[in-house]
Amino acid sequence: MKQFILKRLGLSVVTVFLVAVIVFFLTHILPGNVARQYLGRGATEEDLAEFRRVFGLDRSLLAQLFGWIGDLLHGDLGQSMQYRGPVSDILLPAIGYSSKLAGVAFFLIVPISIAGGVIAAMNRGKKIDRAITVGGLSAAVIPEFVWAIVLVLTVGVTFHIFPVSAFPDEGDRSLLNQIWYLILPSISLLLVLFGYIARITRAGVIEALESDYMRTAVLKGLTRRKAVSKHVLRNALLPTIAVIASQVPYLIGGLIAVEIVFNYPGFGTILKGAVDARDYSVLQSGVIISSLVIVIFQLIADILFAVLNPRIRQKVSE
Amino acid sequence: MSTANTPTLELRNLEVAYTVRGIDREVLRDISLSIAPGEAYGLVGESGCGKSTAAFAAMRYLPRNGKITGGAILFEGKNIVDMADDEVSSLRRSAISMVYQNPATALNPTIRVGDQVAEVFQLSGISKSDSLEMAQAALVQVQIADPAQVMRRYAHQLSGGMAQRVVIAMALASNPRLLVMDEPTTGLDATVEAEVLDLVRELRRDTGTAVLFISHNLGVIRHMCDRVGVLYAGALVEQGATADLFNNPSHPYTVGLLRCIPRGGLHKSTDRLDTIPGTPPALGTHFDGCVFASRCSLADDNCRTQLPQMVTISGAHVARCFHSDKAISMPRSIEQTEFVSQSEIHATHSGDTLLSINHLSKIFTQDGHKVQVINDVSLNLGFGETLGLVGESGSGKTTIAKLVLGLVSPEEGGVVTLDGKGLAKTLNRRDVHDVGSMQIVFQNPDQALNRRHSVTRIVGRAVERLRGFNVSDAIDRAHELLSGMRVEASLHSARPVQLSGGLKQRVAISRAFAGSPQIVVCDEPTSALDVSVQAAILNLLVDLQKQDGVSFIFISHDLGVVRYISDRIAVLYLGRVIEFGTSQRVFNGPFHPYTEALLSSVPNIDGSIRKRIPLTGVVPSPSNPPSGCVLNPRCPRKAGSGYETLCETEEPNLTEVEPGHFMRCHIPVAKLKQLQS
Amino acid sequence: MSNEERRTIRRERMQLVVRNKTFLVGCSILGFWLLLSIFGDLIAPRGASDQDFEFVSVGPSFKYWFGTDANGQDVLSRVILGTRLIVVMAFSATTLGTIVGTAIGLASGYFKGKFDMITMRLIEAISAIPVLIIALLAIAALEGRSPTLTVIVIGFVFTPNIGRTVRAAVLGEAELEYVAAARLRTERTPHILFREILPNVLPPIIVEFTVRLGYAIFAIATLSFLGAGVEYGSPNWGSQIAENWGNIYSNIWWPTAFPALAIASLAVSVNLISDSLLEVFEL
Repeated sequence: MKQFILKRLGLSVVTVFLVAVIVFFLTHILPGNVARQYLGRGATEEDLAEFRRVFGLDRSLLAQLFGWIGDLLHGDLGQSMQYRGPVSDILLPAIGYSSKLAGVAFFLIVPISIAGGVIAAMNRGKKIDRAITVGGLSAAVIPEFVWAIVLVLTVGVTFHIFPVSAFPDEGDRSLLNQIWYLILPSISLLLVLFGYIARITRAGVIEALESDYMRTAVLKGLTRRKAVSKHVLRNALLPTIAVIASQVPYLIGGLIAVEIVFNYPGFGTILKGAVDARDYSVLQSGVIISSLVIVIFQLIADILFAVLNPRIRQKVSE
Repeated sequence: MSTANTPTLELRNLEVAYTVRGIDREVLRDISLSIAPGEAYGLVGESGCGKSTAAFAAMRYLPRNGKITGGAILFEGKNIVDMADDEVSSLRRSAISMVYQNPATALNPTIRVGDQVAEVFQLSGISKSDSLEMAQAALVQVQIADPAQVMRRYAHQLSGGMAQRVVIAMALASNPRLLVMDEPTTGLDATVEAEVLDLVRELRRDTGTAVLFISHNLGVIRHMCDRVGVLYAGALVEQGATADLFNNPSHPYTVGLLRCIPRGGLHKSTDRLDTIPGTPPALGTHFDGCVFASRCSLADDNCRTQLPQMVTISGAHVARCFHSDKAISMPRSIEQTEFVSQSEIHATHSGDTLLSINHLSKIFTQDGHKVQVINDVSLNLGFGETLGLVGESGSGKTTIAKLVLGLVSPEEGGVVTLDGKGLAKTLNRRDVHDVGSMQIVFQNPDQALNRRHSVTRIVGRAVERLRGFNVSDAIDRAHELLSGMRVEASLHSARPVQLSGGLKQRVAISRAFAGSPQIVVCDEPTSALDVSVQAAILNLLVDLQKQDGVSFIFISHDLGVVRYISDRIAVLYLGRVIEFGTSQRVFNGPFHPYTEALLSSVPNIDGSIRKRIPLTGVVPSPSNPPSGCVLNPRCPRKAGSGYETLCETEEPNLTEVEPGHFMRCHIPVAKLKQLQS
Repeated sequence: MSNEERRTIRRERMQLVVRNKTFLVGCSILGFWLLLSIFGDLIAPRGASDQDFEFVSVGPSFKYWFGTDANGQDVLSRVILGTRLIVVMAFSATTLGTIVGTAIGLASGYFKGKFDMITMRLIEAISAIPVLIIALLAIAALEGRSPTLTVIVIGFVFTPNIGRTVRAAVLGEAELEYVAAARLRTERTPHILFREILPNVLPPIIVEFTVRLGYAIFAIATLSFLGAGVEYGSPNWGSQIAENWGNIYSNIWWPTAFPALAIASLAVSVNLISDSLLEVFEL
């Protein structure tokens, strides 16, 4: 087991490294571009040279790459081009906010999607199954910003149920109130992520229901209910763990549009601002951090999967 | 209310149907049978006859689209058809249990095996800790050595035989009055199967449970059951005491079935197998008259329009046929092949060596370990000869075939020589003529034929590549080959999925013959086919050999088939040849101890009781072979032979113990003869 | 089973697809949008940039069915004219990704070994970056205002997923004996990949294509909403929403709602089609 964890850890490190390389090269595809992009057309040669010197863009590409990676490993996220201050000052608070939003969303998404998948599977072929499956997947292809705006329009503006911004400016700053404000944005994310997770969960439950071991359980004399709770769920939920991990990238990507619509000073808003202003330092570091989060979740999911699945945990010994 | 005379299970005019695409299709037609307490009843039939449905019906377990459309299922006198669900669950907990094929998947992969067995006890109200103790005792009862360790294992860590024992333990834990077994040993190696069957017989003796035993294997049924019922297309066509039915089969189907099995003593050189023309009908086909009429050589118009009733042959022996008295002497049905050979070379060299395999070895790397799958194998094959390769799983027989064909390359020192010419180690380096000279027919035609290609294309392309024909000539030749193998012209443009198993194999054989091969490797070519279809394919292969002079390397786990079709046989164990000789010699003795054990584990159709020579222990893993002779930890003849130390320390060589008969054993042949008489 | 029966089963299966309600609904809606993308110019009552200063921010009425936006432009016409861009971009991006992904998946699944290992690591790395973010990054870095660029970027970003699906399918197929049989008649690798294996993995590829198409629409709409990847002034649904959504607080909902509806219905129609295909192929 230890060997397995170490191996996966090693692979994760490789992945993060590759991400760094990819991100770096995407940003620096056109040499000399960064400076010109940022300063715009009216920049003089001196301005460009000065800019390049300050941000170390006059070094060779490889030197820049390794310099950047070295800095990252020390926790230095670089200097923002817009604000001429450390990127960490801008990103870290934003990440804090986004984590709250992502957290609330996660706690909504996981139980509701799994429940949806299980209900669909247990009522296979009936109307509720079709509704959950088709409805879920249809909702999933409608972009988050559309959902966000629709929710704001209907629930927020027309019916005044939920607040239309995600951030309680004045008044009640308690945790509970913060969560209340985050519910509507979380629902936007839920609508998009529900479909696929429910679908995979449903498939896992159906496979377990139709398996030989389920048949054995019933033929042993277990009532269907008992057989399902004792034998089916633990096998059915294995693929669900994997699919939830695979949806984390979409959760993070979705933050951008949702935060903009709900006026939330989170990671997504900062990233959008950096894109508009061509602040590549912020962009690079931002993307790497989000990828790090994704890779960590993937690692946890893989380990959880192995722990719960004896086939991986214990190799054939006979 | 049940008395001593009430049958444990009775099916009375049972009719079951499946709803497929909106239409109800009859799966079981008016079945009546009864099983007395403690009796073993065998239900035998080919694929699609409905035997599994009957088994599950006894458990009142039908798939979602199945329903009982008529008749009754009486357990100890009480009809369970309309019983409430929890009553049925209660019956399953305490009175009826089931064991079926694929034991590994029958167990939950994420729960420890011991807990699953204990669950049965817990269901009858026993505490958890007591249940675990009783579970362990149950494992002892099924002869599992070291039950404490097995309890803690998971399903994927058990071998097939071990898993089946666990499932049997689980089934017997509730002390059932009826045990339903649906193909419980299919897929297990012969020696393992024999052990499991022995176990079942012993347990029956000890517990007095009635058994409903379902199988397609007539030998096993004969061996295990007191009474037998033959099922065809969902109808019970004959029923009676085992000896009666086998000695005096009175339904044309039963007669045909018995005739197409290659029994001991038959050989291709002197006898030809009977076949049952046509194919078994699809599940749910409707019949006005007798279900078997379309394939029966005794059938007349009456048979086709009127449903025959059960006719008493003698005592409890009944058959559903108008012509039951003529059944046993019904005319033989033997098909002929019209194969058009295009090769001139083959016939002339009989007697000489065509293929020579020398010192082949192969090491695979699995999870970082090196596994020696084949260890220094040397064999030869003559012109127009069939070499049978026999061995259980792990023996390496398929790997040898792959080595010979070049699909896998041998280790240093291994040489394959075809007609005097050494062949390149890998397929890519061999020239077209050599590649076309050695072809293969695989076991599973669903995977061996590209499902997106038409039959013509499959064979035609092979002709194109191997004979260098242009496309239209290749297609003509393809049509010729296919028709010669009795694949009718109307099917030539079909895709494999539209053909039956037997037809698919014929297409595969046509493809193998596309390049005018000198050698065709047959890797379990009939294992996936019904017995009646198997006979036709075997006859086809024999005909091809007679007309074309082609040689075969015939790999099979079915000893009866190998004995029938092979001229010489090599027995493999753990990647080594341990015996090699003519078919006669290998099957009549004196035997290598492994061969002896192997042969004794196959139940005979003619009912003769062969002394069982058991192999103790489990097959060792090829990554960790025993020292000395690889068989020694399990060898039934080691103890008392006087050669124990030698067996444990030194690996014996393959030596010629009689002219043309080779054995790998320290014990001299004379001593073996003495021990085996 | 007779051949008659087998042919009937095939016909029944085909009918299952065509008669499937989901499939039909999906096809109708998609068909509608495809028509608009081709004939939009002829159907739209007004030009994309025609401004009517007397009817600024006026709600749906007989003159302007979908109302006008803050610039006095006809919402209906802008929605109709914006169809072509998103449809063409989505199809192109998906096609690109499918072709490249299939090629990579075939090679990876068949050859395995080092090539496979490297490819899988790259695929994992790209999958660890959210689609939207990598698209934004690429478009920003490449001075992205051109739809062609966006198409290429999205196609590139889809390649890993499709590659993974194809690779999994190929891994399974390559083990089957008909591939060995092909080698045993001296077939070369290109033949084995394209004439033997590919036809058998086509069904999952087709299904994957339709699924990716839905996500392409998703991604393009979002990118244009965020202001990336499309030219200024061209009528496209995403930027229409971006310009007008702030006004929903003043109850001016129509310039936002109709493009939003368009995006939703287009995406859902494609999804319904892929859903019904998934059902029929039992994936």
